[in-house]
Amino acid sequence: MSLLSKFEEALICLKAGRVTLPYPAQPQPAPETFRGRPIFDASKCIGCAGCANNCPAREILVFDVCQEIRILKYLGRRCTYCGRCAEVCPEKAITMSQDFETATNNIPDLGQRLELFMSTCQRCGRCFKGPSVLEDLKMRGYRSDDLQNERWIFRSQASMQGEPAADDIEIELD
Amino acid sequence: MLKNLCQEMFGRSLWAYHANSGGCNGCDIEVLNVLTPYYDAERFGIKLVGSPRHADVMLCQGPAMRSTAQALKRAYEAMPAPKLVFAIGSCACGGGVWFDSYSVIGPIEKILPVNYYIPGCPPRPEAIIYGVAVALGVVDKKVAPVEFKELELPIPRYHPDELRGTGELVIYEKAEKI
Repeated sequence: MSLLSKFEEALICLKAGRVTLPYPAQPQPAPETFRGRPIFDASKCIGCAGCANNCPAREILVFDVCQEIRILKYLGRRCTYCGRCAEVCPEKAITMSQDFETATNNIPDLGQRLELFMSTCQRCGRCFKGPSVLEDLKMRGYRSDDLQNERWIFRSQASMQGEPAADDIEIELD
Repeated sequence: MLKNLCQEMFGRSLWAYHANSGGCNGCDIEVLNVLTPYYDAERFGIKLVGSPRHADVMLCQGPAMRSTAQALKRAYEAMPAPKLVFAIGSCACGGGVWFDSYSVIGPIEKILPVNYYIPGCPPRPEAIIYGVAVALGVVDKKVAPVEFKELELPIPRYHPDELRGTGELVIYEKAEKI
């Protein structure tokens, strides 16, 4: 009787089959709804810094090294893959990939750094609000290479200081 | 070099000690998920042990907190000498969403030397297995830093001081191309 029950158990075990995934040997794609690490498309980015303002972990950093060059830095280390940057991006320059195989022994491997040329207001050098909605669309931190009227573009002599605007906030830069 | 050391020292088995220093338990559940028969980390020789004195690997979840940093450091010092630290999850890698709040010191690497990072919030069990496989030298790491640089400004630029004429007719004296 007891021997028979052992055979029965063995039969049950054989019927169940193997469930273990052969994962590192064979690829295991993530489900469609999975949000992996964000990918920044530099050709679409207009440098509006909406992603940096919306990031809960504050790890998309924006630096203006001078009037024309804006550096957008994604650290990748404390990203929670919430997808708010991709949602807020007006140009859909950020896509949440399904890439989860991001293990590394060197944390700067996860970073992404975009260096963008920005055009400046010809009067004050800062960003300005356009008079109409259409103008607004054109003005929200647009890139210099889609400008139609290129004769009024000049190189500014001014450069910004490297100091942060508020020194009570300490943010890790690397 | 680190990989060679891993293969020499930890070729047979990695005994893992599971240290949560103030995480939300999301990563803990994923680590436990890795040890289930479905993902079965024991085929790499990974075994969960209860004491840091038995362990080769420390799996850290959660940021280094003010209250637990000393305990984490003591647990690390209790491990025997060839030892690895895996930082699992965004909190351990970079401090997480609360990286700058008063009770959080920051990432684990401010307290311990971290060897491998597995980001994610929480990382998928596959991602954890992938990290272990990277450490064991079974697979190569896939990520590399991305840097985009515009080398040349696409349009010529002028300074308004060098413009002559008004209205529709404007002449540029020195066309400066950069």
